[in-house]
Amino acid sequence: MALSARLKGLLLTALLLAVFVGAWHLATLPKAAPQAAESEYSKLVGAQAAVGQKSAFPTPADFGAKLLEHLKNPFYDKGANDKGIGVQLAYSIGRVLLGFLLAALVAVPVGFLIGMSPLVYRALDPFIQVLKPISPLAWMPLALFTLKDSNVSAVFVIFVCSIWPMLINTAFGVASVRREWLNVARTLEVSSLRKAFAVILPAAAPTIMTGMRISIGIAWLVIVAAEMLVGGTGIGYFVWNEWNNLSITNILSGILAIGLVGMALDFLFGRLQRAVTYTE
Amino acid sequence: MSFLQIQKLAKRFGPSVIFEDVSFAIEKGEFVAIIGHSGCGKTTILNILAGLDTASEGIVVMDGREVAGPSLERGVVFQGHALMPWLSAMSNIAFAVKSRWPDWNRIQVQTHCQKFIGMVGLTGAEHKKPAQLSGGMKQRVGIARAFAIQPKMLLLDEPFGALDALTRGVIQDELVRICAATHQTVFLITHDVDESILLADKILLMSNGPNACIAEIVHNTVGRPRDRHTIHHDPQYYRIRNHLVEFLVNRSKLYQSGEAKRPAQPPVVRPGLESAAAKVINLRH
Repeated sequence: MALSARLKGLLLTALLLAVFVGAWHLATLPKAAPQAAESEYSKLVGAQAAVGQKSAFPTPADFGAKLLEHLKNPFYDKGANDKGIGVQLAYSIGRVLLGFLLAALVAVPVGFLIGMSPLVYRALDPFIQVLKPISPLAWMPLALFTLKDSNVSAVFVIFVCSIWPMLINTAFGVASVRREWLNVARTLEVSSLRKAFAVILPAAAPTIMTGMRISIGIAWLVIVAAEMLVGGTGIGYFVWNEWNNLSITNILSGILAIGLVGMALDFLFGRLQRAVTYTE
Repeated sequence: MSFLQIQKLAKRFGPSVIFEDVSFAIEKGEFVAIIGHSGCGKTTILNILAGLDTASEGIVVMDGREVAGPSLERGVVFQGHALMPWLSAMSNIAFAVKSRWPDWNRIQVQTHCQKFIGMVGLTGAEHKKPAQLSGGMKQRVGIARAFAIQPKMLLLDEPFGALDALTRGVIQDELVRICAATHQTVFLITHDVDESILLADKILLMSNGPNACIAEIVHNTVGRPRDRHTIHHDPQYYRIRNHLVEFLVNRSKLYQSGEAKRPAQPPVVRPGLESAAAKVINLRH
């Protein structure tokens, strides 16, 4: 029977997952007591000593049960330290999208300017080169001091980290628009505004979208760390809070949720990128 | 006064001279081809006529006005078709039409585009993207785009250079037909001797660059209508062809070294006809 390559891949993925879960299960099996428990010890700890010790790390079954619990009721809100994982994710996604959107509003026009004018490029390049490698979290204390609001500060950190890839890609995309397309626009006496929207923007769109895809990925990485710092709400805070609660199953649930949302965001931007890509 | 006049055009980059003392004229409805080896500055001349490049010296006057920048009055067919790949064939042409007549509504634009798509024989392929079209079809879209804005003058920069011989022949035939129907004034750059004889009324011969000049103006005395399949039966055909090839192979390099004198005004030549008369014109200059 000839299986399609896609199905084969899927089967292999399932197999790898099964191996991983199996190994996890074996590793977290309750350990048999290494030696016959001393009677005094047995008296002290009770039946536990006889059956061996349950691992502190949850078994796949524990994790699955917890996950099911989260999935059943993801959006409850029982006060500051007990919110459903869905609520926490919604907070994080909201911050990321807001910060990302603000960054796009700045990065795309400024990138256009840099891409079109070599003078502006030379003037701004030193600033970009110095600011770009700064970890976005380094801005956090400054943001907290000046903005005086942890929530706004988190959005600001997202803004700072997503601006650079978009800015640089927009500038690059605009600067490398094919000369002949611009010449076509010139011979047709197209106004600068129409040229920007009808020629340069579609020509640079794939490069700009690549920048946006990189930015959203970085923003999703940074939001977890930022929320661990500022606290209150969000998936980053959730993970840190569950560490304080010593609930490994919840930490694992949080980690899985972060991965899935990150994948979804990348998928979405991949789609958008494909929508604006053209073949020459 | 001629429709288009080029006087004492020169282009220099620092101390190096691309061409100098280029003067010629094009009458309304005339088809002029320029032929010469790579690097003689043909494309630079065309770009100056288009307003995309500036001359170091000299002046270009079209229809009584100096050419000082790109204009809708001069349509350009670019060497590499220059279609926007994110637009369909129709939208590429519509982009130009909307630039020419911004007040037109969608229906007017559509009808006008369709007419020129039909003219280059692309009906049925108008909604395809350039990537889905063959090289020849892309170049036809480029030609339709240039014709669609109905410019006073058309500038063609080696439009068929990248096409295979068969496709080139078909599109050349179409161009002959369209130009005969529209009486379009055309300036064409080409490497192809046969193409210039098939299409042009006058053929400008350019000497080798750098330091190039226009060496001669050959009057194409092959009668019209011309047909690619029968043109070689015209007695003038091989006389002109031999003259052009002889220039390109032997004489085009003599002007750099000074072995041939650079003419202040290029002599007009009618190969095979009244060669004596041509010499008289030559002497007068």
